[in-house]
Order: sequence, then structure tokens, then C-alpha cells
Amino acid sequence: MLSQRKYQSQSGDERPCDLSYLQEWNPRHINCLTISRRKSIIHARHPWTDSADCPAIFQGTYHERLFFEPGVPLAIAGAAMDMKRDYYEDVELFRSKTVLAATILFLGALVAFPFFVGGYTLYVVNLIAIHAIVAIGLNILVGYTGQISLGHAGFFAIGAYSCVLLMVKAGFPFVVALPAAGFISALFGFLLGLPSLRLEGPYLAIATLGFGMAVTQIISHSEFTGGHMGLEAPPLAIGSYVVDTDVGRYAIIILTAILLTIAAINLLKTRVGRAFVAIRDSEIAAEAMGINLSWYKTLSFAVSAFYTGIAGGLMAFALQHVSAGSFNLILSITFLAMVIVGGLGSVMGSILGAALLTYLQIKLQVIQEVPVIGALLMEVSKRYFSPEGLPNIQSIVFGAIMIAIVIFEPLGMNGIYLRMKRYWKSWPF
Amino acid sequence: MSLVGDLIIGGLSIGACYALVALAMVIIYKTSEVPNFAQGEMAMISTFVAYTMMESYGLGFWTSGALTLLFALGLGAVLEISFLRPAKNPTILSLIVITLGAEMILYGLAGWRWGAMQLPFAVPFSEYSGISPGGVMITEMNMWTFAVSIVLMAFLFLFFRFTTLGTAMKAVQQNPFAAKAMGIPTRRILTFTWALSSVTGAVAGMLIAPVSTLDPNMMLDPMLKGFAAAVLGGMTSLPGAAIGGYLLGLIENFFGGYVSLEFKSVVAFGVIVVILCVRPSGLFVRHYVKKV
Repeated sequence: MLSQRKYQSQSGDERPCDLSYLQEWNPRHINCLTISRRKSIIHARHPWTDSADCPAIFQGTYHERLFFEPGVPLAIAGAAMDMKRDYYEDVELFRSKTVLAATILFLGALVAFPFFVGGYTLYVVNLIAIHAIVAIGLNILVGYTGQISLGHAGFFAIGAYSCVLLMVKAGFPFVVALPAAGFISALFGFLLGLPSLRLEGPYLAIATLGFGMAVTQIISHSEFTGGHMGLEAPPLAIGSYVVDTDVGRYAIIILTAILLTIAAINLLKTRVGRAFVAIRDSEIAAEAMGINLSWYKTLSFAVSAFYTGIAGGLMAFALQHVSAGSFNLILSITFLAMVIVGGLGSVMGSILGAALLTYLQIKLQVIQEVPVIGALLMEVSKRYFSPEGLPNIQSIVFGAIMIAIVIFEPLGMNGIYLRMKRYWKSWPF
Repeated sequence: MSLVGDLIIGGLSIGACYALVALAMVIIYKTSEVPNFAQGEMAMISTFVAYTMMESYGLGFWTSGALTLLFALGLGAVLEISFLRPAKNPTILSLIVITLGAEMILYGLAGWRWGAMQLPFAVPFSEYSGISPGGVMITEMNMWTFAVSIVLMAFLFLFFRFTTLGTAMKAVQQNPFAAKAMGIPTRRILTFTWALSSVTGAVAGMLIAPVSTLDPNMMLDPMLKGFAAAVLGGMTSLPGAAIGGYLLGLIENFFGGYVSLEFKSVVAFGVIVVILCVRPSGLFVRHYVKKV
């Protein structure tokens, strides 16, 4: 174990660091630990440079309490951190055997799921899976590349309409039409990405928002897309087998969602994903490191739009109907809320956020049926508000969640999960 | 000739409303760099309050208008204190998300309280009669819109140019730390900024409600257009926002009159995207590149 001996710096190059960097550190590199009641000082080597010559001094502030209580063996503190020992650990799809096992268990549960629940629950899970695809796509753009989009309802609409139109008007089979819808959406994403190269912050927000509005307006006024009435989804057929049950739709949607999730995790571990993250952290630094900003930014828009387009295509079949009115600004905001609530820069967070918000969306529509709260809210509505406006409480709850997350937990549900994980890993201490 | 005249008057009239919303946004953005997506809903709630005072409590138009402005003042301040102030080191994305959250909350509250019905907002000026010099109809409503917007704009320009408070607000925008060091109460200034902006928005809301309808979706379109106008003008320039608003109103109305009425509301965003491609920081502001 680690002995508490004084480590003498050889170069004298000591610099105080923020303790949060400890996530990247590995106890193997930590040479010495001096703990007094007031402050914790650790001498350690940087895991990347792996040079013993540049020890760093950590003077704890917040994490001190958690990790470095006097007397806590550092190895346990180290185990509570996410350790990476070499490059291959960074690119592995599953970080550890535990993660692999958990993933397999989760997939097994998804397979077993339809045998135990009814059609309505499957419908809800379908919606969750579709929203999860959108949230992952949007997270690639917002959480990983650091761009802003308030126009993803537009991509969603493009995906839904192109999938249906390709099948109805051009007679494409579903297995071709769905990816084609994704690529059409990606093309629009690429086009929208071009002006966004020069824009940032509020300017980017308004440009993407304008795009979303324009798409909805054009679709709802065009004869070709069925105008305000929308389109009926054609029968969902794979080969000669027509899928018309909830279980069948569930299978298709969940399979697509799983494939796209794995693809996203994979993508984010490659050069492309790291380029996205570099752009998010500092555009200028990324450019200086040789990352082609224009290519990767537009690529990020295109990938994000591809995901959203595929989700849109699936949505057309989950609802059996597409209408332009549903692809409004509120939908774009809801997508963004899923990403924020789930956690920026986390694929798992996106899924959690999509699940939570979709569930809330459906439950809050019928909040008057919830036992105690429903009656109470009904009473409040009668006295101060209007009973027929009660479903609007959904907006209020969503808005409150968004604000609360930004103020109290900027990392979203993923942040809560990480903190819980850390807490339990070093639990008895 | 008459069609052109009508289009110009209509465009300027709706443009004045856009300009007011744009000004309200610019006031906030100038001082605290928050793109306020809740602006429209703040104005919408204020307009509903005015409506309720007139309908339920039987107050006159001018009394309820004045009380509404007071309400708007309070609403802006409360929103800033409760939502913006607690955010620690917010990024631009978190600021956008906070204002979007505030928008959702206000939208839900309005829907809950007043329902989705379209209510009539009665004003003591006629929408149909007025003067018609040279065959161009200028209704009383148009005239009031012009007058109110011009007076309010003039007031805002003078306020930012000549009063201590206005100068303090500019100082807070340029350098919050230096402003604090100079003894400017930055937090109170920010709260006041929101209050002022909320009042400006409320005026726009009460000018828009008579010609459109009064329902929770009322301000969605004007807010986006106002935002677009602010972006067109450059987000940090008050005259830019005003000119952007009028320009957008005119472009939109002419497009609606000559090309296609259906796609009237799309053209504004098309124009925005094209202009932003050429001038990424709007028409009237020098492009400013952030240093590392």
C-alpha cells in the first residue's frame, strides 16, 4: 500500500491543480500522500506523460471531504475515480466487464419485455426509444460538439415525411426508405451546418430555430406533403411480412435504437468523436491541432440530423400518421430538454433524459387521474386557474425541470448517476 | 400605388411591434448577454393581465394599461432574481435553456389560467377607420402603434445615452468586474434591466393583441420575428434592433403582397439566414471575435 513518506520533487516544478482532474488519475502513479487535518497534499505523476519529474500538488477544496478524509487509504479513493491506464481503454466499447454484463442484462430485459406487458406500455416504450434516438443525435451536436440547435423538430419532420413519401409515392420498401430518410435529413443537416460555421451563440440558435419553423411552414402549406391534414403511414412491411402489431413495431424500433446507440458510442470513441469534443472545448485550440473545423462541424450537424431523421421515420409508424402541426418549436425545446436533463455529453444520459421526459409527458397529460395530487390540482384549478387548462401543467413541469437542472445539476441525470457511483464505490469511508 | 402604400403602412405597423420586441431583447442581451427566449411569453402574460383587469375588474383601458406596466416591471425583476441569478458561471447554452424553461413555465401558466381560447382584446381605437392621405389607409390603431413605438424608442435611446442608470447598464455590459469595482451595483442593474425589458415587451404585447388575437400562442410568432429583427440589427445595437424590426416588417409584408401569402412568415427566417451568412453579427454591429 501507499506509505506516507515525503516525496521530494526533483525538478521543483510543483503546481497546484484543481482536484477535479483527479478523475483522470490513477493511484499507481501516486507516489506519496501527506495528509494533515487541514489539507491533503498528494504528489503524483501525470498518467499521460508518465514522468516522475513533474509532481503536482493537489490542494483539496470540495472533493477533499469525499476522497481524502484523514486515514482513508488512497487506493480506495482511486477506485472511486474513472481510471484509464492506456489508450486502448479509451477506445474500448465497454469500459469494463461490469459494464458489459450490465449491457447484456439490459438487452436481455428489452427482449423479454414484450412478453410481460400490454400494448399501451409497448407504445410508450416505443416513444421513449424514438426520443432516445433523437436525444442521442442532438447530444452529439449539443453535448459533444458544443453547437446549439433549436430546429431539430425540422429534421424530425423531414425524416418522417421523407420516409412516408418514399414508400407511398416512390414505392420504396421500408428497409430502404428508413435509411434513405435518415440520409435526406443528414443532407439538410449538412446544408444547415454550412451557415452555422460562421455563427455562434444566439445567432446560431435563431438560425436553427428559423430552419425548424420554415420546414414546418413549408410542409403544412405544400400539396405534395398533404398540407395541414398530414399523411397516413403506409403498412409497415419488411419483405413480404407485414408488421401490424405493437410487438412487431417494438422489435423494429428497439433494434434500430440499439444499433444507433452502439454506433454513437463507437463514433464518439473514434478520431471523429474526439474532434467533436475538441471543437466543443476550444475551437481555436482544435483548429491549431489540425482539426478541420468546417468539415467536423458540418459533419456533426449531418450526423445529428441523420439520427433525428431516422427517429422521425420511426415516429411516423409508431403514430401511424404524420402531421406538420406536431413538429413545432415546443417539440424542438422538448428535445433539447431531454439532452439537458439527461446530461450533456453522455449517451446514457440522453437515454435516461428521453425516458424521463417522455414518461412525464404522457403522465402529465392525465394528471387529474393521479390519486392525491390529481384531486388537489383539480381543486387548485377550479379556484385559481381553469380546469380544462390543467394539461398545460406539463409545460410548467418541463420548464421547471430544465431550469432546476441547469442551476443545481449542470451535468443532468448523468451527473447524479456519477455522484452516486462514486459515493457507493468508496461507501464505508 | 395604393397597394404599395398599404403594404408600407402595414409593414411599418407590424414592424413597429417587432422593433419593440427586438428592443426588449436587445436591452437584456446588451447588459447581460442572455438571449431571452421568454420575452414573448412575458409580454403575453402581461397582456393577459391587462385583459383580466379590463374584463373581470372593470377597470378602464388606460388604468389597466398602466397597472399592467407595473406588473410587467415586477415580472421581469422576479424572473431575473429567481431564475437567472442562481445560475453559477452559466454558459451560453445554459442561459438559453434557462430562458426556454421560463418560457415553458409562463406558457403553461397562461394556458392553465386562461385556456387556449382566443379572447378579444378591446382597445379604444378603431382598427378600421382613420385618415387616408392619397388613398392610403392609415387606421387609428396604426397611428397609435407608430406613436407609441416611436415615443418608447426615443425614451430608451435618451435613457441609455443621458441618464446615470443607462450609462451604468452599458458599463455592466462592457465589463462587469470593472463596473463592480467602480461601485455599480451590478446585480441590481441586471434585475432592473429585466424589468425594463419586460415593460417594453408588455407594450409590444398590448399593441399586437388588438390586431391579432389574445391566446397563449399569441406572442410566439412576434417573439421569433422580434428575435430575428434583433439578430438582423446585431443584438447589441438599439438603433439596429429598431431598424431591423421595421425592415423585417416591410420585407415580410411585401413578400406577402407580391410573392406568396402562404410563405410570408418563412421569408423572415430565410432573410435572417442569408444576412447572417454575409454578416455573422448582424447588419449594424462590427463582428467581434472572442479571444482565447
